[in-house]
Amino acid sequence: MAFLTIANLHKRFDDHVVVHDFNMSIEQGEFITFLGPSGCGKTTVLRMIAGFETPTSGAITVGKDDITHLSPQKRGIGMVFQSYALFPNMNVTDNIAFGLKMRKLSSADISRKVAEVIKLVELKGKENHYPHELSGGQRQRVALARALVVEPRILLLDEPLSALDARIRKNLREQIRDIQRRLGLTTIFVTHDQEEALTMSDRIFVMNQGRVEQEGRAEMVYTQPATEFVARFMGNYNLLGAADAHKLLGLDIQGHMAIRPESIHVLDASANQEGALDATIRQHQLLGSIIRYQVESQGITLQVDRLNRTASDLMPAGTAVKLQISRDDMREVR
Amino acid sequence: MATSSESLPQDPASSRGQTRKGLTLSSFNWLGVLPFFLFALMFLILPTLTLMVGAFQDANGHFTLANIGKLFDSNILSAYQISIEVSAASALGGSVIGMLLALAAIQGGLPQWIRPTLMTFSGVASNFAGVPLSFAFLSTLGRMGLVTVLLRTYADIDLYGTGFTILSFLGLTLTYLYFQIPLMVLIVTPAIDGLRAEWREACESLGGSGFHYWWHIALPILWPSILGSALLLFANAFGAVATAYALTGSSLNIVPILLYAQIRGDVLHDQNLGYALALGMVVITGLSNAGYIWLRSRAERGRE
Repeated sequence: MAFLTIANLHKRFDDHVVVHDFNMSIEQGEFITFLGPSGCGKTTVLRMIAGFETPTSGAITVGKDDITHLSPQKRGIGMVFQSYALFPNMNVTDNIAFGLKMRKLSSADISRKVAEVIKLVELKGKENHYPHELSGGQRQRVALARALVVEPRILLLDEPLSALDARIRKNLREQIRDIQRRLGLTTIFVTHDQEEALTMSDRIFVMNQGRVEQEGRAEMVYTQPATEFVARFMGNYNLLGAADAHKLLGLDIQGHMAIRPESIHVLDASANQEGALDATIRQHQLLGSIIRYQVESQGITLQVDRLNRTASDLMPAGTAVKLQISRDDMREVR
Repeated sequence: MATSSESLPQDPASSRGQTRKGLTLSSFNWLGVLPFFLFALMFLILPTLTLMVGAFQDANGHFTLANIGKLFDSNILSAYQISIEVSAASALGGSVIGMLLALAAIQGGLPQWIRPTLMTFSGVASNFAGVPLSFAFLSTLGRMGLVTVLLRTYADIDLYGTGFTILSFLGLTLTYLYFQIPLMVLIVTPAIDGLRAEWREACESLGGSGFHYWWHIALPILWPSILGSALLLFANAFGAVATAYALTGSSLNIVPILLYAQIRGDVLHDQNLGYALALGMVVITGLSNAGYIWLRSRAERGRE
């Protein structure tokens, strides 16, 4: 039996439906990510799980408990907010101890648990600091500690890294995943960043306009997008319409053909490879370890990624090449 | 090849040019605030200095401490006491009612039109003082005021039979509340707006109730703002003279009326005592405003 089940969840604000028939079941200890653009309904679903929004219809159950209409205080669900939501009038220790005080634990137990969690999130020495004396990353670790210390059944993370700079974001996401694995904590993470979703999640729910577009393991969602939206959102897929797919590849399809930029092989113009397409490099972008080329073949522009091994790898604009695309690397999407 | 501009020697002429340009711009900016400084100098700083000096002079311009000594006469001490009591009562009442009004309008889940309506009304009412306000209260709560008559005619309540009179401590406090409450609404609204919804949600997800939220989080955060605003309201009431004079004439012995009696040129005329009275008021309102500024900065520091 699934640990958290969401069945036929709908949410309407006045005339605007923000969540349509959302269904999900997750196992204990899983790390799930809701991924999608702003306004897709991912945070609304999270807030309904936390109890901050009431569903228009549908049911949320944890184990055997129907928590759909339970107050947030009684759900046993921890939440980390994008804006940290630390209490500015309390120092680090008091912020973390707040939930334990609400549970009326003894002061000895509170001190022990707070010390443990401060060690876990590596904030030793900051116990007496106030939120405004901490950096963004430290504040978010206090928020994480405050949510973890009460030992919630489920941890909800609402874009917790989006207000941080890139280096801290990377460190913190590794730290969050590490802590989640160690504690075996069922976690739902909301983000609009596909890299975060891919690196952290067991499973990803890609959402669009209040619906789940695709759900699956991270590697599957990336390599096998089910819809044009997922292909566009998950990566820099080349999406060919039916006419372009026929012209370039000789394929008759109904929807779109999605081809990942890294799966297209660039060959020397003189290569005598069967099925290879004549093409010309139009321009390039240096993305660190990757060089992204805009390559034109039969009037159709494709994006092609190559590893940036040495400076001599760079092919200037105007270079004639051949492109080889394996049928296995093409995916027809709705 | 290292040719960064930082390593190049500065051209002295161009450097001078920049300084000249900077000075010109800076001078122009100073010109913009000049009217304010002139206004402050002529109508605040110079008069304050004059009364500070005058408080230590006799009628012939000689140094004396007699004016300060007179401040401790029982009549004047009583005036200060009543002034402080009226100001404190109207500040306290204004703070509590204004705070509750602002909370209801901002966080009470009332229809959206309530808030802008209340803010507009508060903007107007907080500046409604002096003779018009006094007349309004005399016309409504005076012995023959509309409300007094209506209560007596239709509700059989004889307001003045209970001992109430508009020309009393309670009457003056009620009248002051008319501008104190909206002033509190205007001052405290930004502080209430600063309470983030996530704080309440975080409190709830950690097992806290509405009471816990207000007791442990919202009130401690708002406290410096509330206390600071109350001090500002106190200073506002303490310095009000036109309303008190127009309402009670000389029937209520408060400092602004006593001061007015010293400088208007009648039989009680003692200009230097007036300076000393004003100096006492400056000290009290100054302390009150300093407290407000200190508490306000504390409240803002916590939100960084």
